[in-house]
Amino acid sequence: MSRRRPASELAPRGLTRGLILGLVGLLWAVPIVGMIEFTLRGGLEGGHTFDRWVLVFTGGLDASYKPLWTALGNSLVLAAVTVVIVLVLLVPTMVLVHLRFPRLRRPLEFLCLLPITIPAIVIVVGLAPVYSVVARIFGSGTWTLAFAYGILVLPFAYRSIQANLDAVDVKTLTEAARSLGASWGTVLIRVLLPNLRRGLLAAAVIAVAVVLGEFTIASLLNRNNLQTALVVLNKDDPFIAVVFALLALLFAFVLLVLIGRFGAPTRRRTE
Amino acid sequence: MTAATLTPTFAPAGSAAVELDGVVKSYGSHRALDGIRLAVRPGEFVALLGPSGCGKTTALRALAGLESIDEGRIEIDGRDVQDLPTNRRDIGMVFQSYSLFPHLTALENVEFGLRMRKVARAERRARALESLALVGLDERGGRFAHELSGGQQQRVALARALVTRPRVLLLDEPLSALDAKVRVSLREQIRRIQTELGITTLFVTHDQEEALAVADRVAVMNAGRIEQIGTPEELYRTPATAFVADFVGLSSGLPGELHGDTVELYGTRLPVLPGETVPDGAVRVAVRPEDVRFTDAADGIPATVVSSSFLGSLRRTVVRLDDGVLLSVQHDVGQAFTAGDGIRFVFAGSPVRVGEDTSRGIRRA
Repeated sequence: MSRRRPASELAPRGLTRGLILGLVGLLWAVPIVGMIEFTLRGGLEGGHTFDRWVLVFTGGLDASYKPLWTALGNSLVLAAVTVVIVLVLLVPTMVLVHLRFPRLRRPLEFLCLLPITIPAIVIVVGLAPVYSVVARIFGSGTWTLAFAYGILVLPFAYRSIQANLDAVDVKTLTEAARSLGASWGTVLIRVLLPNLRRGLLAAAVIAVAVVLGEFTIASLLNRNNLQTALVVLNKDDPFIAVVFALLALLFAFVLLVLIGRFGAPTRRRTE
Repeated sequence: MTAATLTPTFAPAGSAAVELDGVVKSYGSHRALDGIRLAVRPGEFVALLGPSGCGKTTALRALAGLESIDEGRIEIDGRDVQDLPTNRRDIGMVFQSYSLFPHLTALENVEFGLRMRKVARAERRARALESLALVGLDERGGRFAHELSGGQQQRVALARALVTRPRVLLLDEPLSALDAKVRVSLREQIRRIQTELGITTLFVTHDQEEALAVADRVAVMNAGRIEQIGTPEELYRTPATAFVADFVGLSSGLPGELHGDTVELYGTRLPVLPGETVPDGAVRVAVRPEDVRFTDAADGIPATVVSSSFLGSLRRTVVRLDDGVLLSVQHDVGQAFTAGDGIRFVFAGSPVRVGEDTSRGIRRA
């Protein structure tokens, strides 16, 4: 006897599924394949060559490309600081609201999702005077952009952490740990963080991806990051600019694969 | 129903392991705890029994420090714990929902409390294994929560709560998520372990059978107050209020007429339990099913059988009196009836508890 499984019956089967996947894949692949082909072009002589990729990977790029390396370093530092801001500020706030102030959950959600509705250009207009203060306190180092990026990644980080918070019985786990003698700090580090690992990893990776791809705010606040450097470089050597754009894409892709692999719930079996 | 004006059976001063004195907790205008007084002796197993929303879980959580209180005093081992946070009250707690840490094995879960107390690794492991052995799960120490059944998870939670030898063990409806058979075997296991360790225990439940089966004393709660504290026998035989009579054990509510210390019920005069505060007149009388007997005598009260259930060692039959009131009768399995049979019965003459008749003709059986 066949059991009715409405959800799977609604799902497309065989050929349809392959067709949809193929079409979507093609849509994604066209620009990437186009970019790869572009980096391999032999210039005016025609033909294809791996010379540019070899140059990038053998350190053969001359001093004129130095700003690009600096910008890449800046972006990685920005990504790291942004992740730290999210983990240190957002996570404890969300846990606190979840446990102690459930009524504040809606306002917090609204606040965290707000940046997604505001165009980057509008955010910059608001941030410009703020950054004149920030510069006075922290200097004008590129890393200070992380404060703005912390706001920019809020909607994505909030969603992934909240989904994880909802899936775990945080209240009971916390109370159980407290009754066993754990301080609040221990509860957070030894009980909650291991069980929120998937959400935290997702939030961190999305934050990194957003920061690596951010251009508008950095450009308008006159900071140098990977994207602004690529735009500058694009005017001099579009081929190398595209090589780096592809590498940034690959990096984000590898990060996503890693999260899928290590973010899965623990399924250690010791017996 | 009258408000209970009972003095809980307090242990002699200074000897209580746990004491709640005049504890009040309100949520807005709702008083969840309305001046609770409760004293638990060392090594005693006390059940807090009551319908949902009566405040029993709030009382337990206040004792654990998981809820703040508005008024009153809470002492554990003679020490006022009001200013102590949960993690410093030295309690063990088992929750209604499964509370094992999902990222740790059963053994690591049990070790958690010892780790918090900075017990050395070797001793920690030995004590955790000993505690798991106590609940019969030392072979499953390497399993994660998702690899254990509900009953096993609660047993590990019990081992985890006991391993630190807390001053008091708090059980917040730990059996309610389990199926009937596991529930009975686990409650017996809890009682056995509690007796072996002699640990002071407070057990919250809404299941009267569970409370009566395991507890030394049962505190029946209603609307944020303790209506009566007593041994299971005392509660069953001499309920202090109509609420307790109604809530503990099975009873049928019949309309009667109170005259001083007797009540007239369908032409029969029955003695009323001492301590009655209801004024003379129309009352509701709580009659236990075992206090009614079928008779062949012509002066028996006539009724019609509605249904009859076979319960193994006895049978329970519900009959409808001529005025429509339903009455439960417990009797020998030898006597069998079918719906519609005409029967006669008499009251056995045991003392009864009466309550104000606010529901005559509405609350039946």
